[in-house]
Amino acid sequence: MINHKYFYQGLRSLVSSRSPAIALACSFVALGALMYNAGFNLQQSVASSFFTYALPGQLVMTESFLAGASLVNIFLSVWLVNFRLYPMSVALVPILKHKSQPRWKYYLSCHMIAVSSWLIMKDTYKKIDKKYRLDYWLGIGCGTLSAAVISTLIGYLISDFLTKEMMIGLAVVNPVYFLCMMIGAMNNLKTIIAVSGGALLGPILYLATPEWSILIAGIVGGTIAFFIKDKKNGSI
Amino acid sequence: MDLSSNLILVIVVTSIATFASRFLGILTAEKISDKSKLFDWFNCVAYSILAALTARMVIFPAGALLESTLLIRLIVISISIAVFIYSKKNLVLPTILSFIFFTILSSIN
Repeated sequence: MINHKYFYQGLRSLVSSRSPAIALACSFVALGALMYNAGFNLQQSVASSFFTYALPGQLVMTESFLAGASLVNIFLSVWLVNFRLYPMSVALVPILKHKSQPRWKYYLSCHMIAVSSWLIMKDTYKKIDKKYRLDYWLGIGCGTLSAAVISTLIGYLISDFLTKEMMIGLAVVNPVYFLCMMIGAMNNLKTIIAVSGGALLGPILYLATPEWSILIAGIVGGTIAFFIKDKKNGSI
Repeated sequence: MDLSSNLILVIVVTSIATFASRFLGILTAEKISDKSKLFDWFNCVAYSILAALTARMVIFPAGALLESTLLIRLIVISISIAVFIYSKKNLVLPTILSFIFFTILSSIN
């Protein structure tokens, strides 16, 4: 079924010095508090983090709900804001694939694709035997997903104690974590160009088209990086 | 429709919209090798999208971050990145520090 050794190794990434736990905790505690204030009940808030497990989408959902948007509109805005998960999973699955692994594990594992787990996997997968990478990935995924769900629960329960300043403090942790992880990944020219290109184009395009800016910036920045010949390291 | 079942529908719709992208990714990746050019392109695009998303979060934030100034955000983020680099890429330190710094700076403001 699942190789325990590799599963635990993945799970342990949550307690390493590169742990995403603080970033996940901060952002999902803030989400839990936000959902409490928006009128969701405890079960709904926890279920949302378990079944959606994608912070920007859950924020859009909460805001759209408060603004009284229709279900179709909520679907479309969430789909657009979470579409980044599509290229992320295409860039993830090929490194996990092994003929000895059953199909159901791939389908289960795709639910765990999120920015933090993806960045950890990209950072560490080369050290893992390809045959067991899927088990290792499931370990990372279960760890990060559990951290997100538990933090949502805590955030919901302590929302009355969170001051406005603390909510602002919580909100900065996620971008800090993403930036540090991406700087850590910038060890070859392609990634450097891809990350800097996206970071530059994203805000600029936002002025023209807020909804599509991130996707367009990613496609343009990524395509430029793709055509960069990197003799030292051909693939990222 | 009462509020509670409406909220459940909202959660279900959000989860389906999110899962669709993940699942579509798995289907697309089925025939793609990790040594192919196509994989390489998707990889570059994924990194670039994440960078664009993060830059947008910092420069044009939504939600609670709107209450802070860009200058303070940039200062705290620069300090955190410096801590990350000087602590041999430890991530626990900069994430905890950024929360503490930012909460204190927001209280002073």
